[in-house]
Amino acid sequence: MALNQLSVFVDNTPGALSDIAEVLANADINLRALSIADTERFGILRMIVSDNRMAVSVLKGKGYIVKETEVVGVKIGDQPGKMAEALKVLDLAKINLEYLYAFCARTERHAYLVIRVEDNAKAEEVLTAAGFHMIEDADVAKL
Amino acid sequence: MRYFQEKAETMPVSEIRKMQSEKLVKQVRHVYDHVEPYRRKMDAAGVKPEDIHGVEDLHRLPFVSKDDLREEYPKGFLAVPQRDCVRIQSTSGTTGRRVVAFYTQHDVDLWEECCARAIVAAGGTPDDVVQVAYGYGLFTGGAGLNGGSHKVGCLTLPMSSGNTDRQIQFMMDLGATFLCCTPSYAAYLAESMKERGIAPEQNPLKAGIFGAEPWTEEMRQAIEKSLGIKAYDIYGLTETSGPGVAFECQAQQGMHINEDHFIAEIIDPKTGEVLPEGSKGELVFTSLDKEAFPLLRYRTKDICILSRQKCSCGRSFIRMTKPMGRSDDMLIIRGVNVFPSQIETVLLKEGYTPNYQIVVDRVNNSDTFDILVEMDEEMFGDTVSAITGREKALVAAMRSMLGIGPAVHLVAPHSIERSEGKAVRVVDKRKLISEAKWLTK
Repeated sequence: MALNQLSVFVDNTPGALSDIAEVLANADINLRALSIADTERFGILRMIVSDNRMAVSVLKGKGYIVKETEVVGVKIGDQPGKMAEALKVLDLAKINLEYLYAFCARTERHAYLVIRVEDNAKAEEVLTAAGFHMIEDADVAKL
Repeated sequence: MRYFQEKAETMPVSEIRKMQSEKLVKQVRHVYDHVEPYRRKMDAAGVKPEDIHGVEDLHRLPFVSKDDLREEYPKGFLAVPQRDCVRIQSTSGTTGRRVVAFYTQHDVDLWEECCARAIVAAGGTPDDVVQVAYGYGLFTGGAGLNGGSHKVGCLTLPMSSGNTDRQIQFMMDLGATFLCCTPSYAAYLAESMKERGIAPEQNPLKAGIFGAEPWTEEMRQAIEKSLGIKAYDIYGLTETSGPGVAFECQAQQGMHINEDHFIAEIIDPKTGEVLPEGSKGELVFTSLDKEAFPLLRYRTKDICILSRQKCSCGRSFIRMTKPMGRSDDMLIIRGVNVFPSQIETVLLKEGYTPNYQIVVDRVNNSDTFDILVEMDEEMFGDTVSAITGREKALVAAMRSMLGIGPAVHLVAPHSIERSEGKAVRVVDKRKLISEAKWLTK
């Protein structure tokens, strides 16, 4: 009952990302959202995908290091100020963000924040109390 | 002042050989009687001290390797009662890998005289001011040149390594005319002085004695130009006393080996067979005069060529080229000896796979030292800080093992180049092999 993100270690070499994209494409995996943390020497590709199990299996099969991490998925209105509202809630609860990225759904007037914090349960609790809806893997599959 | 000890340094070759033979016979007896591990080696080889009549019998004696010394850590090769010793020096490396060399006062004097010969051969006189910027302590660089400078009668500045601002200030304020340090530190000092607006002709230096790491003719020229000095090479190793076993004269054509104290041989590193003069092979030293730590046929693992060609300086001592490589996998990085096996030990201890690669390069005359380590799944986290945190921990562990800190980079599995299924362990891009152009073919 949570949103699971995949992280992949990417060497900082030309074509590294394109290779990963191809592996996922060949397995018919849809990317909902992604972000890359890049350093001078390596990158961490973080993704929300349509089918985690399949994605993990094909990536590992190709020798990539993949890790599944539980993150907080928050549904917000696709309007100005909505992200600020959600972040304010976390701020007031003194919850530090490790990283965050966002995506919009095709069909609905909603956007989604993918948030990584130390204590997911606490973040979900304060966000829910403030009226936000959390999303899970099952919801992502339906988008 | 052309020589520090003219009689010894210009002795005819036939006399050198005679002297070496006499000293060798005595030294073999001393070692056989007092160094148990070497006695065992000789017994195993079926050689008795009375079989050794002179240098012509040297080849019958067994070799001593660094591994032998490590196995006998700390005192197995000590040949005199400890109360007769006044000093130790030690190689870098881990506890288990260190070699401890012992010195009597006689051994210290002899070593310092060798360093004094090097200073005088480079043009030094009692009027000179010698800045010793080699590390002091267990490392032999500082102690050796410091003692040599005293013996010549120079004013000695015992700076030790590092603290570049103070080095420059003392050099300028006290009028240092000689600089002794690693060639890469000399290049770094030159760079730092340039940054401070001190032109080569403004510093008081006239010569430098640089060693403890491989350097090329090109680097010599660069240092000479950037500091406005003559740059001389010096060679030695803790096992044979320290720097000064061999030194360059003003001809700058190879290093004269102090043959009144050491016998040099070149062997085939694979078969151990002695090769004729002029052959390229592994350098082997026999200490003729050392009392406390007298090694017979010590394998240096340095590959070089020896030459008896006459030198314009008048010294009759045989000359060795700069080391042209190693017969083992040891790397010398920023003057520190590094074995790939030490890196492997750290990785395994810290829970990593031994899939790594050492990359060494020389940028602006100073060594870069990078270690790539392949990660596995358990180590990977979704945050950058988790990975950089692991890298920092590895750097600290490497520093404590090696004495110098590499840059550590975690990389993807199987990303390190393989050769026949095994990761390529060492990539040395420094191109430190210099040809000995002075050798006539």
